[in-house]
Order: sequence, then C-alpha cells, then structure tokens
Amino acid sequence: MPYDYRSYPYVAPPGLTAPEPRHKVVVVGAGPIGLAMALELANHGVASVVLDDNNVVSMGSRAICWSKRSLEIFDRLGIGDKVLAKGVTWSVGRICHGDDEIFHFDLEREPGQKMPPFVNLQQYYVEEFLVDRAMDHPLVDLRFKNRVTALDQGEDTAHVTVKTPDGSYGLKADYVLACDGARSTLRAMLGLDFEGELFEERFLIADVEMEADFPSERWFWFEPTFHDGQSALLHRQADNIYRIDLQLGWDADPDEERKPENVVPRVEKLVGPDFELDWVSIYSFQCRRLKTFVHHRVIFAGDSAHVVSPFGARGGNGGMQDVDNLGWKLAAVLHGRAPRTLLDSYDRERVFGADENIAQSSRATRFMTPAPGVERLFRDQVLALAGKAAFAQGWVNSGRLSTPCVYPGLGPDDPHLPALTRPGSVAVDAPQGNRWLLDTLGGTVKLLAVNCTAPEGLEAETVAAELNDEVQRRYLGEAEQALYLVRPDQVIAARWVEPERRKIATAIRALWEGRP
Amino acid sequence: MKLIDTPNLDDHDAFYAELLAAHRGLSEAQSHALNAQLILILANHIGDREVLSEALALARKR
Ligand SMILES: Cc1cc2nc3c(=O)[nH]c(=O)nc-3n(C[C@H](O)[C@H](O)[C@H](O)COP(=O)(O)OP(=O)(O)OC[C@H]3O[C@@H](n4cnc5c(N)ncnc54)[C@H](O)[C@@H]3O)c2cc1C
Repeated sequence: MPYDYRSYPYVAPPGLTAPEPRHKVVVVGAGPIGLAMALELANHGVASVVLDDNNVVSMGSRAICWSKRSLEIFDRLGIGDKVLAKGVTWSVGRICHGDDEIFHFDLEREPGQKMPPFVNLQQYYVEEFLVDRAMDHPLVDLRFKNRVTALDQGEDTAHVTVKTPDGSYGLKADYVLACDGARSTLRAMLGLDFEGELFEERFLIADVEMEADFPSERWFWFEPTFHDGQSALLHRQADNIYRIDLQLGWDADPDEERKPENVVPRVEKLVGPDFELDWVSIYSFQCRRLKTFVHHRVIFAGDSAHVVSPFGARGGNGGMQDVDNLGWKLAAVLHGRAPRTLLDSYDRERVFGADENIAQSSRATRFMTPAPGVERLFRDQVLALAGKAAFAQGWVNSGRLSTPCVYPGLGPDDPHLPALTRPGSVAVDAPQGNRWLLDTLGGTVKLLAVNCTAPEGLEAETVAAELNDEVQRRYLGEAEQALYLVRPDQVIAARWVEPERRKIATAIRALWEGRP
Repeated sequence: MKLIDTPNLDDHDAFYAELLAAHRGLSEAQSHALNAQLILILANHIGDREVLSEALALARKR
C-alpha cells in the first residue's frame, strides 16, 4: 500500500489579527530536524513556534536508515516505540562485485542496549510520528502553510515575516532556528553560502513495492551485470517497499531517466517483473556545509547547515545529532542557566561533527564513483583484492554508516578507563534492572557513579549505576571504580577513577560555559 | 623520520629481478593493476600511517 499523504490543517495564526508577544524560539521548517528540535526544546521546558511552508510530510521517501543514536533520541522525544514497531530492523550488509558476494558484515546488535544498530523507516513515517507528537504537545505551536519570506536581526532579537494563505504577519523571537533544509531560504536571506564539493554523478533512486521475501539486509553491488558496470543498492523498508539506488553516470539526462518507461526495465533487471513503482527521483550529491552554524540570533541545524551524499546515512542522522547538541544548550541560555558562550560550543562541536560526516560521505562517494584513470584503477584493485585477502574487505567503501562523533577537547580523562566511553563520546547504553542506563541518565547533568559514591554538595544529580557485565565492560574496564560527568545530551564530559570534589566542580562549571 | 630510506633489504638486486619477472607477459593495464595491488598489500603490511605518509612524500619529491 502506498503511503497515504494526509494534509494537516492550516489555522489562521493569531499574528494576522494582532501582534503576537515575543516568542522564545521560532523554528523554521517542519522536516525531521525542525520537528525534533521543537520537541527537544519542549523536553527542556522551552516553548517554540514551528513554521512550515507546506502541509504534508516529506514527499517521496528520502531518509530510510536511522542510526542507533537517532533511535535513542526518538525515544526521548516519545516516538521510539512507534519507529521500532513500524520500521525494519537490520544488521547484515552484503557487498557484491559483479554478481558475486565478496563479503558481508554484521553490525550485530551489541547485547545489553535498548536500541538496535539500524532501523529502516521511510522519512514520511518519521515525520508523521513527530508531527502527531508535536501537535499534542502544549509547548509546540506548529503552523502549516506558514512560509518565512524575510528575516532581520537586532541586538537581542530576530524577526521573521511569514506568508500564509490569509496574508503576511511578523514574529519576533529571542532565537530563530533555521531548519529549512538543503535549499534553505534563510541561508540565502543572510547571504551565506555552502563550501565544499559537488559530485559529478547522478543516481536514480526508486522505491518499489513488491511481495518479495528478500531478507532485511543491505545489498550493495559494484559493477553488477544487471546494471552495466555501475553501482547498485537494494534496501528494505516498511510496508514491503524496497529502496533501489542505481548509479547513472553524469551524462544521464534526468528528465529522460525519470520516465517510468526507462525506470521499469532497469528495476526489472534487478528484482524481476512483479513490482509497483512507488516513487522515483534523480539525484546528484554534494558534501558541503556552512562555515559557521551560529549567526547571532539565527542558528542553523540539519540540511540547512550541511549536506552529504546519502551513502552512510549521515544526513538525517547527522541532523538529529545537531538537535541533541543544541537543545539543552539553547534551553540553558534561555533559562539564564548558562552564558551565551555555550552556543559557541554548538558551533564548534557540530562543525566538527559535520566535517566528519562530510569526510566519510565524500570518501564513500569517491569509492563508488571513481574518476577515470588512477582513481578507478585503485578502486578496482581494492575490489579484486577483497576476494582474496581479508584486509581489503575493510577497504571496500559502500558507505560508512552513521555513528556519533567523539567531540574533541572534553575531559579530564583517566587512561585506565575504556576508550569506548572516553570524554566526548555519547554514553553507551546498558541494562539497569528492568530499565536502561540512557533512560536513567535522562536529559539533565548527571554524575554516574560506578562502584563509588560521588562527593556531596555538587550541582549535579548522582545516579548510582547497577554493576553488571555491560557496565563493567563499558564503564570500568580494569578499574575498580569510576565517576562519570554526563551532559544533558548524554555526552560524557569528564571521568575520574579517583574523584575529587574540586575537580568535579571545575568540570561542571566548564560544561555550562561550553569551554573546550 | 620513521621511514627507512637507507639500505634495508638484503639482496635487493634479486628482488628487483623478481619484481620485473612478476610483470612479464602482462599488458600495460595488467601491470598497473598489479602495481596497485602491490601498494595496497604492502601498505596494509606496513600498518603505520606515518611511515606511509612519509613514503608518499618521498615518492612525490622531485
Ligand atoms: C535519496 C536520499 C536518501 C537519504 N537517505 C538518508 C538516510 O538513509 N538516512 C538519513 O539519516 N538521511 C538520509 N537522507 C538525508 C535526509 O533526507 C535529510 O538529511 C533530512 O531530510 C534533513 O532534514 P531537515 O529537517 O534538515 O530538512 P528537510 O527535510 O528538507 O525539511 C525542511 C523543511 O523546511 C520547510 N521550509 C523550507 N523553506 C521554508 C520557509 N522559507 N518557510 C517555512 N518552511 C520552509 C520545507 O517545506 C521542509 O518541510 C537522504 C536524502 C536523500 C535525498
């Protein structure tokens, strides 16, 4: 069954009849990032107005693979169970050269974590779940068919002009969050530009519906016979929908290639004749970002700030990490709990994260679509070697799937503790009785005490970890005890084997000031 | 510098001959492929990014 696009109601906003009181936050764009941003701010007690020029969820399936970290964030926003129930959980990827498998990998669910490594779910479902949640939330004021047409900033405020079917009105806010996607109009209004690389390559991306029992695995082909020496990807989504990516070459004519009479024969060669074409699009890809994400009272997040090629699923998942990073910081600044410098750390940390995603995605794209000559030579020889030497399998790059980056410059650290949970990393989940560690950590600053007690009188709530195998392995290693300082985004800020009150207090202060 | 650029391989004349022999009878394209595989295999064996970067720099030096 193809997805049933509901249109959400447009309601004439109050600003059309009388000036609205100044808002704390206006979010521009109700894509996955804008919606998640508003819900995350609401979790931290901040109300926002969300404006979207449209009134339906993402047309056609774009993002499908959601990473473990995104699933953990969805869980916090109240849609985790729905995503898990509707989505397709997978962990095996098969890589073929020609028509033969050269190797496969298994991301295998690490035991003792609530969320699996990846779930495939069409972006329109994720947006639908977020919209339902946002419409129910008293702190989120979601307005469809509200298009931002102008933006200006004063010393301590930003102002947007909004066009609706009933005319235009203005809104004032402490902060405007530009979550308006890859073609961001706010970016253009500020005269900002992307820096980076455009790949001279076109891909045909099709969603097809079929009653097949292809396993829930990721299949990638380099130079398959069914697609004339280019690359191809097959991936399962919910509702018996499969995603197919086919490399077309730069010379392909997008308008011609999009026509069903040209798409169907290509897809048929891969899956046979029994399918319905659900959606088709032709893409070329860029790996680019804004130089900085914070522009005084306007803050960019998601595709408006950075875009990557989809191999590695780092677009939407990278944007979700922006949400994770910005939510608590902006809330703390608005509540007067932290100085504005904390927002500089959003810029610094997420630029770092975006660069990692851009580097990974660019390398994968280059491997899949090598330039003629020596690039092509090395690519082909890595593939040839992968069939005969184990090491080369790891060099085959069909996309390095999204994982959260490790922010540099946090600490102090203790070298006796496991690398997995070093400062800058997202805390790794573990069972805690009949709950999960990440649920226990929640969304406030915590001191996680593992086999020790935290000193008294610190400005952070202490959580005593229940000691079990997973906690031992992930948080102690060989050490007897440890104390972890965890930020509201569940990033580990610092850790000690021998905790001292004064040092912990210093680290808590640095956390709120956003100092590296 | 970590890369050894002073004599380090015993009987290098024999290795040189072996290298040429490995290419005998190959087309130019096949030779390029063999060289590329050889670089990848040796890079993995060396297993030290610093040494490899220095080797790349030395090879590019005019
Ligand atoms: C083929 C493809 C496959 C992908 N696969 C994956 C994947 O597997 N995993 C993954 O994580 N990511 C994937 N991505 C990337 C993912 O789709 C994007 O990163 C994601 O949609 C970004 O969300 P966003 O909310 O930032 O922007 P968008 O989803 O683009 O949302 C922006 C919103 O802003 C609104 N808007 C724009 N201008 C205005 C304005 N002036 N006023 C009001 N509203 C406005 C738009 O209507 C839209 O609703 C894929 C992308 C493509 C194209």
